[in-house]
Amino acid sequence: MAKDMNIPTMAEKTGKGEPVEVLFWVGCAGSFDDRYKSVTLDMVKILNHAKINFAVLGPEETCTGDPARRAGNEFLFQMQAMANIQVLNGYEVHKIVTTCPHCFNTLKNEYPELGGNYEVIHHSTYIQQLLDEGKISVEGGFFKGKKITYHDPCYLGRGNNIYEAPRRVLEALDAGLVEMKNCKTKGLCCGAGGAQLFKEPEKGDEDINIHRTEEAVNTGANIIATGCPFCLTMLSDGIKNKELENNVEVKDISELIIKDIK
Amino acid sequence: MQHISQIVFIITLGVFGFLAYKRVSFLRNCINLGKKELPAGSKAQRLKEMIFIAFGQKKMFKKPLAALLHFFVYFGFLIINIEVLEFIIDGITGHHRVFAPFLGKLYPVLMNIFELLALAVMVSCLIFLSRRNILKIKRFWSAEMQSWPRLDANLILVIEVLLMLAIIHMNTADQILQERNTHYTATGKLWISSLMIPAFTALDTGTLIFIERFAWWFHIIGILGFATYVTYSKHLHIFLAFPNTYYSRFRPKGHLNNMPDVTREVSSMLGLPGATATTENPVEIGRFGAKDVHDLTVKNMMEAFSCTECGRCTAECPANLTGRKLSPRAIMMATRDRAEEIIKNKIENEEKSLLDGYISREEINACTTCNACVEACPVNISPLEIIMQLRRYIAMEESGSPAAWNVMFQNIETNFAPWKFSASDRFTWAENQE
Repeated sequence: MAKDMNIPTMAEKTGKGEPVEVLFWVGCAGSFDDRYKSVTLDMVKILNHAKINFAVLGPEETCTGDPARRAGNEFLFQMQAMANIQVLNGYEVHKIVTTCPHCFNTLKNEYPELGGNYEVIHHSTYIQQLLDEGKISVEGGFFKGKKITYHDPCYLGRGNNIYEAPRRVLEALDAGLVEMKNCKTKGLCCGAGGAQLFKEPEKGDEDINIHRTEEAVNTGANIIATGCPFCLTMLSDGIKNKELENNVEVKDISELIIKDIK
Repeated sequence: MQHISQIVFIITLGVFGFLAYKRVSFLRNCINLGKKELPAGSKAQRLKEMIFIAFGQKKMFKKPLAALLHFFVYFGFLIINIEVLEFIIDGITGHHRVFAPFLGKLYPVLMNIFELLALAVMVSCLIFLSRRNILKIKRFWSAEMQSWPRLDANLILVIEVLLMLAIIHMNTADQILQERNTHYTATGKLWISSLMIPAFTALDTGTLIFIERFAWWFHIIGILGFATYVTYSKHLHIFLAFPNTYYSRFRPKGHLNNMPDVTREVSSMLGLPGATATTENPVEIGRFGAKDVHDLTVKNMMEAFSCTECGRCTAECPANLTGRKLSPRAIMMATRDRAEEIIKNKIENEEKSLLDGYISREEINACTTCNACVEACPVNISPLEIIMQLRRYIAMEESGSPAAWNVMFQNIETNFAPWKFSASDRFTWAENQE
């Protein structure tokens, strides 16, 4: 377990009779994907830094069922959803923060019909709130002279109309924010949504993530920021494909904030 | 003579009325192939959506030039239809410009406005024609826009130009006749049509009467014919955009509709409360997802008939943009074609279906559910909902999803994650800090 970090589980907290303010829903990518695990840890650092009373489900967390639902397997989705809802309701969870727009969308929009009603917040909105409330603040200067472009994850942007929060977080950094031609409501998908991440793409002229990476690179940005594990994977692959690893970084907004946190 | 033309007019009106009635019943039957469901949102929400999206054309203005031109055509036709009302009354009663005495000085003002709008409609339609056929804008030349769909779009634009030309010619002849015969109500010089007077003034009265009458009949039969043609074409959005936006979805776009049948089954499998209702009141479970249009909803069907094939959805689709076979517009066109085939041929049971017969698995498997198509549609159509219903059928009724998805399903079932990682390793991220 953590040495310098405090990562309590719901089971520990409940065992001690301590109430929990926020559940941090880590998600499968955040738990298993090597690249996204570091985003998870950075999010924990932010929560620790802001002294938030939070906990994770740890080994009790399971897939929300989103990829199953998007691939058409409603049975599997609902099995997952109902099992998760039993756990969440068992812990009397009220507020959930998550680093994955797919988990966010499912928990927020699709669990209520199955008996799970929570206040669900994507980490971009949550970090923006922490900045606004002064619970965390940014040094400024670390990203001076850098150009950042923000890629809208579909399930955050079009799916849930969250366009401003991640941009406000990035504006807090001392960098220039540049927009791609297709942004906000016209943001182009990274190609991974709708369970596409879990299969090979259909035959086409080019891969969607390459197309999107080109749009991002064309802005002249040094950093492509996003707020979704799938987008992060797809765009990182795109940068590798273009052999631009030394010029352009693909980062989650939490990773950028933690670099410059006061 | 006067009475003959009145009789001919009334018969013409009756014939077109009958044709329209037949077509409207046909279209209603097509749309009603879908399953009924309760409308979403409150009445106030629905009305507001219709006023903003259909009347106000809010979503059109994402493309300002196309929106402005479209607005001229839309507004022009809406207003010029007031004149059609006069045409019909004149035609039945044998009057000429029956509204003129009632409106007095206002009448020429209105006529001038109509003429300006007619000009705007003509110019807009000519620009639209050149966008399609000279500039060849990509979304008008996709795979599904061959033969009939392309001809259909061009026909509509040409008919609209001809109808407007008829009004202008009629007015020109009419203005010259006003000076020769008191039957022709004085309107004064009208802004657009009077410009053509020098070209017509040498003609004898008989020829002018013929031109005026020909243009009048051409316009009114043209309008009636056009209204009938619309019911065969992709142009139905001029009517259906209104009910279609009224019955919009009001949840965030990321939300996918729940399947209560599955909820009942899963609840009873897990022994959750609510499951008892199933045994007390057994509900016949239909097909999971959609294989054919009967499995879709009335709303899905209305959307298929509201689609005007503008292709904004396809132009924004990431799969289509990168050369994949999926085109959201083609999904809507296929749904419509299938419904028309079923009603036309009175098909009840047959091998062919929407899935595989009209929409291939390659198409629906390519969808990233990114909602770009839904966002792009100016009349709130969701091709995504149909795609998802077809995917559900394949996954649940056939277990026929792509092999990699079946592996993903298995992973979720056994490891509670879509990847092949052991569930016991889920929390190891907390131990491996840098």
